[in-house]
Amino acid sequence: MIVSNLEIIPGRRVASHLGMVQGSTVRAKHVGKDIFASLKNIVGGELKGYTELMQEAREEAIERMTREAESVGANAILNVRFATTSITMGAAEILAYGSAVKLEEA
Amino acid sequence: MGQFLDLALFLLLLAIGYVAGHAIEQRHYASIRRRERRYRDVLAFPMRFAPDSVTAQQAFLVHGTVVVSADYFKTFVAGLRNLFGGRFRSYETLLERARREAVLRLKQDARARGARLVVCVRFETTTIASGWAPAIEVLAYGTALVPLGADARALAPIAGHETAASRSISRPV
Repeated sequence: MIVSNLEIIPGRRVASHLGMVQGSTVRAKHVGKDIFASLKNIVGGELKGYTELMQEAREEAIERMTREAESVGANAILNVRFATTSITMGAAEILAYGSAVKLEEA
Repeated sequence: MGQFLDLALFLLLLAIGYVAGHAIEQRHYASIRRRERRYRDVLAFPMRFAPDSVTAQQAFLVHGTVVVSADYFKTFVAGLRNLFGGRFRSYETLLERARREAVLRLKQDARARGARLVVCVRFETTTIASGWAPAIEVLAYGTALVPLGADARALAPIAGHETAASRSISRPV
């Protein structure tokens, strides 16, 4: 499975388009880490707990999108985009979407 | 007495925020500059298409993400700034740091997986939490390209760091 945000993969061409696929997840961090994050706000800098949260969530969203693409018989997802929205304090929705296609050697 | 304590606590937080926040920022900038030199051989471009000299190869998504927060002092100054308008210099450096960090992590991801060229780099910035305790996420993502066989030689002048010509490309201006 090729996952890319390019529209054209060098050396391959699109044999068929299979529509849009998407994967999303909503994550919230555990209270202890939320309290730590608000303490970290006094001195500033990176909030590692939140970075990990977003990283995991994004991987999960890509994973779900990939599963959807597999179920429609695609071997690549092109033009992948991400969108992130904060829903409440400490919870965020991460969405990944793209075009499922069947690629072949050009 | 209670009011005095409140004021003292506020000033203490402000002082801690200023001193510690400044130290953390300086350390982060030093680390960013050091790693930017180390990852200079990974080229990242925002262009939509792969360069013409690059053909059949592996392509995969790479990304780098960072969540940063402003210190107490910066948040307070930003609150004051809101009254008068103008440049939020304290937030400019915060976001600049975050964006450079995200690109560095993107390059780190690319290099760990054997790529030296990333195209179609896009940024996304989201406010996860606002108010007195802001948290801002910066994401950088793009497609890493790994040349195959003969292509590796065709790409060498672009992504390699052997030739003088390519050195001038990869060096920041």
